[in-house]
Formats: sequence, C-alpha cells, structure tokens
Amino acid sequence: MKKMFIGIAVLATLVIYSLGVRHEQPKIAAPATSTTTKPLASSNSQQSTQPNNGTYKDGSYTGSTEDAYYGNVQVQATISGGKLTGVTFLQHPDAHANSIYINKQAMPYLEQEAIKAQSAHVDIISGATYTSQAFIQSLTSALSQAS
Amino acid sequence: MKQTKISMGMPITVEIIDSTDKQLLNDTFAFFRKVDNRYSTYKPDSEISRINNGLPRDRWSAEMKKVMQLCEATKQETNGYFDIKHQGKLDPSGLVKGWAIWEAAKQLRQHGLQNFYIEAGGDVQAMGLHAHNQPWTVGIRNPFDTSQIVKTLRIHNKGVATSGTYIRGQHIYTPNHSQAVSQGVQSLTVIADNIYEADRFATAAFAMGKEGIAFIEQRTGLEGYMIDDLGLATFTSGFKEYIHA
Repeated sequence: MKKMFIGIAVLATLVIYSLGVRHEQPKIAAPATSTTTKPLASSNSQQSTQPNNGTYKDGSYTGSTEDAYYGNVQVQATISGGKLTGVTFLQHPDAHANSIYINKQAMPYLEQEAIKAQSAHVDIISGATYTSQAFIQSLTSALSQAS
Repeated sequence: MKQTKISMGMPITVEIIDSTDKQLLNDTFAFFRKVDNRYSTYKPDSEISRINNGLPRDRWSAEMKKVMQLCEATKQETNGYFDIKHQGKLDPSGLVKGWAIWEAAKQLRQHGLQNFYIEAGGDVQAMGLHAHNQPWTVGIRNPFDTSQIVKTLRIHNKGVATSGTYIRGQHIYTPNHSQAVSQGVQSLTVIADNIYEADRFATAAFAMGKEGIAFIEQRTGLEGYMIDDLGLATFTSGFKEYIHA
C-alpha cells in the first residue's frame, strides 16, 4: 500500500512537472544512457587518477566497492595496449529516484530541448569531474591489479 | 601563454592573453597548491583535517574562518541543500574550488590583466577576450559521452560551473542526509558573474534534483542548463543570450 502511495506521488509529481514546463518536441533522438564513460578523455588536460606512469597489463579489472555515502561505487577498468581505455561503473548511486517537490512558480519560464552533439571547437570545456574519493579508490584498486 | 597542472586533485588550466610573464602562471599555481594544502580533507596535515581532528576554533586561520562563514551563508541561501557537515566532519570542498578560482582571477586582475581564463576541474572564470579578440567559448560537456560537447557558450567576464554526471562529488548532500541525491539529473551548468557564485549554486542546485533548475531560475544573476537522464535539457529564461551562434 505504501509503495502504491509513493508510486502515485511520483506520478503526480511527473504530471505536475510536465504541465509546468513548456515542451518543445525533441528534434533528434536523445542519446542512450550509458554507464560506460571515459573519464580520462579530457580534451585539454590530463587526469590524475592513474597511480603510476608505468604501463598496465591488458584486460578488465574490477575495483573494490566503495561507500560514496549516497550509495556504493564500484568500477571496472579496461586496459588495452597498456593504457587505461575505459571505465565502467558496475555500481553507482543512481538507481533509486525519490519523489521531488517541484516549484511550480518558477517552471513556466523554463524551456526544454534535446541535447545534440556539436563541433568541439571551443576554448574551454565545462563539465563535472571525477573527484569523488570513492571513484578514485575503486579505480586505484582496479589499476593496482593491472600493474 | 597557457599551462595545465594537476592540483587540488584535478587538472587546472590557466591561459593568459595579455602577458608573457611566466611568473604570473607560477604564482597562480602556487596559490592553488596553498589552497589544497589548507583545505584538502585527503591531506592529514591540512588545516581542515586538523580542524576535523579537534583543532579549536580560536586557532583557525582568518581565511578558514571566512570560508566557513561563506559556507554557512550558502547553506542559508540554499535552504540547507549546501551543507559541508558530513558524519560530524567538515568538508568545504564544494565551495573552495569556485572560491579559489575566483580569488586567483582577482589576483591576476590586480596585476593589470584583463584577458585570461582559469579552469579547474571543469569550472571556469573567463575574463575579457581571447587571442582573436572574441569572447571565450565554453562548451558544455555531454554527460553521456565525455568526448563531446552539447552546447557552446560565449562567455565574457563570467563564471561557468557544472555539477553532476554519474558520480557525485562527496560535497553534495541532501539536507537530512538520509536519501540519495539522484533525481534523474545528469548535469547542471550554471553561469554567474563569477565562478564562486556559479560553483556554489551549481553544487547546491544539483543536490535538489530536477527542482534545481527552478531554483537557479528564481535566483537573480544566475542562468542554468540542466541535462536529465533522457538527454533532455531544461534551461532558464536568460540562458539563450549566452549561446554561441
């Protein structure tokens, strides 16, 4: 019963949200959500998560599970050609959304669009970085197995 | 001249157009090292670590007291969403990054510089114009594919900060500390007059989930671009004026 109430609350929130914003029909398909990413693929700089400068043995290495307070973080590092080529999140704290309170007064001014990849000719890139200690610990543990 | 160094656990880039005096770069990076040595919770001998191990308040540095006041003020301004207390320990890193970039930018301005940018871990203060006499362009990284950008902004004397993606920094907490912060938001980019304002409000608004963009809309002087789990962006009423054609 309680679950049903939560479900209704979430649904009601989504309905309020959808009524409150001015929808523009997405012009292109939204990209699929993926938990695989390349945190070392920063265009103008180097990340510091690699514990040493040596080359690693090829393969996939599973890192330790680390408590990131809001959930567990566990990564798998893929080494190819002696280099870290990919990091997959086996666990990340995104799984359970909570119902949210929407401020209806502010929403009518907001607009929406589907995101679309653009030419990368920019001076500077703004994006979130992987500074979470849980991420670094799990990755360090994965990489220690590859050295 | 342009230089990137790892400091405060992240790459920091400084580009200066109107000088070739390398000392300016050296001083800027020295400042970030000093900030890291004082505020890093990963360094056992940093001032913040000593505070968390019981250093009494009357022995805190004046700068630390000021930063703590800024954290407290930010908590008030964000209905408790910005909170540096976590399991009895203080971690002001959610404010220190933006604060440090803005302090470093002010120091360069005091040297008479007008055209430069400082970027630390994806947060930017862009001043004046770049080498071709145009405003700096700042790309918003695609949270689904970090090799791409999804929006290009023209930034002149403003700060741009992005909070989010899969792993939230540990400085993002909810007011009651009992629930996960994830509410379907992949990233939230905030533009403000300076990076200190942009960073602290991006951090707090990201913790609010989808409501965060409404908070940014309501607050004077802030514009925002939020990307959700489905690749749909929601942006504030004044955001468009920063979009590069």
